[in-house]
Amino acid sequence: MINHEKPAILFRHALRRFSLLLCLGIGGALFSATLVRFAPGYGVQERELDPRWSPQSIEALRQKQMLQGGLVSYYLHYLSALAHGDLGESESLKRPVRELLRQRLPVTGNSVIRGLGVAWLAATLLASLGIASRGWFFEASTTAFNSLLLSLPSAVVAMLAVQLRAPVFFAIALAVFPRLYSYIRNLLVRSYDQPHVLAARARGLGGSAIFLRHVLPSAAPPLLALLGVSFAISFGAAIPIEALCDSPGLGQLAWQAALSRDLPLIVNVTLVVALVMLAANSLAELAGRTFSGEAQ
Amino acid sequence: MKPLQKVAVSILCAIFVSMALATFLLPAHYARQYRDIPNAAPSTTHPLGTDALCRDSLSRLLYGTRVSLLLAPAAALLSTLIAAFLGSVAGLLGGPFERIVLAATDLSLALPWLFLLLVVRAMLPLDVPPLVSVVIAFLMMGLLGWQASVRVICAAARGVRDSDFLLLARSTGCRPARLVWRHVAPNLRPLFYAQFFISIPLFILTEANLSILGLGVMEPMPSWGNLMRGFEDFSTLSANPWRLVPLVLLVIVVMCFQLVLPQQEVTQ
Repeated sequence: MINHEKPAILFRHALRRFSLLLCLGIGGALFSATLVRFAPGYGVQERELDPRWSPQSIEALRQKQMLQGGLVSYYLHYLSALAHGDLGESESLKRPVRELLRQRLPVTGNSVIRGLGVAWLAATLLASLGIASRGWFFEASTTAFNSLLLSLPSAVVAMLAVQLRAPVFFAIALAVFPRLYSYIRNLLVRSYDQPHVLAARARGLGGSAIFLRHVLPSAAPPLLALLGVSFAISFGAAIPIEALCDSPGLGQLAWQAALSRDLPLIVNVTLVVALVMLAANSLAELAGRTFSGEAQ
Repeated sequence: MKPLQKVAVSILCAIFVSMALATFLLPAHYARQYRDIPNAAPSTTHPLGTDALCRDSLSRLLYGTRVSLLLAPAAALLSTLIAAFLGSVAGLLGGPFERIVLAATDLSLALPWLFLLLVVRAMLPLDVPPLVSVVIAFLMMGLLGWQASVRVICAAARGVRDSDFLLLARSTGCRPARLVWRHVAPNLRPLFYAQFFISIPLFILTEANLSILGLGVMEPMPSWGNLMRGFEDFSTLSANPWRLVPLVLLVIVVMCFQLVLPQQEVTQ
């Protein structure tokens, strides 16, 4: 392949991913609108149950609802509001969803990024140490510890973190670590067993040179893909952890919305999280492609 | 089978047998209250003591084990059936259908699963009878938990589609139904079993998470997740360590499932 064609291919790929993201965003928004529109109790206002309101006023309220009730006009209204950044109002908290997201997203983002950093560092270190030592005791003890962590529900990890007064990001790291460790370990074992790595070792190349020049280039693309997936895992783990650790993030907001059946809130939170996840996955995939291109 | 796997299978069999015989082993009905002995310590009449609502903990544990261990495989079966159908059809047909199925799978895989479950749970009423809450919890997991398996099954079905034996069968005039029944299904069956067994511990853990958050199995029906809701009060837990038994049991069962599954199938 001619070198100057690579950036063009990557740009085309990025553009394709961006248009896919846009289509999925619009599709997801319409789906969210459908869920809200057809949920039981849609359009019924508390004021209708207030005995102080006269029958005429209630009828006027219903008429107003009817005017906005057409499905196509409802979708158009929803999409145009969305284009202006209006995500509707939370039924349970009586506050704009946009404002709630602006407050909560940084809290979760901070915990997730710090938790992922700790989990990745610990998993990579332990997996590399295991491969370097190749001792059965180290292998058996890390596998047993990893299995134990994999068998614990995230909610129990959260309760443990509350009792130990550990920060939220530590609980997220504990929930994500076992999944990362087993994958990274298998990947490194496979990379170290490749013929060209064995040949390099036979020629007396140093451990760090083998890792940097021979193992990392082949392991990097799947590791970068794993980075995208680990975002989804950590956001999923954030729900029980934030709910039980009383951390005011998106996970706690989603849990509260589900408990109070606040559909506009939970649906919009999920839509935003989905778009963040897809963007993270696309970036990870693009980085993987760039890296594998360079490696070739 | 390795010795450790044999031990894991034996433990799982013992737990499944005690679950099946729970009706005969139960000291009392799981909802029966002994109002004069709240938070009682283990005794001969109540081997695991009683909870804060004066109910026998062993009865609740045995019944909760039955709920979790019967319905997690049921949800796993449902999700595997959906994945088997979608993955096989997509892999065998190929073309636009395969692309659509794989795109939908990628999209669902990118989403945190618990968020999806919360959206669906929020659409359904919360004040439902306990039995209905059990059905809702496991139907939700079964209907939403097929994504990871579809990718693997689709790739395998694609391999079968391009195989020589299928080409030979086609050239000898084998009809499509017979082709699927006699040639495709036997080759994909081991993969279906593997995906089914991989899903069980995942669903056990998800049920525990949902029930601890109050969105899974509803009281007074016990499940492992439900029984762990009291762990938030650590002072009671440190004074009554036998309350940890549901967690220990859950960890043992999930670890046994991990050990029983061949490692290469888990990492796929």
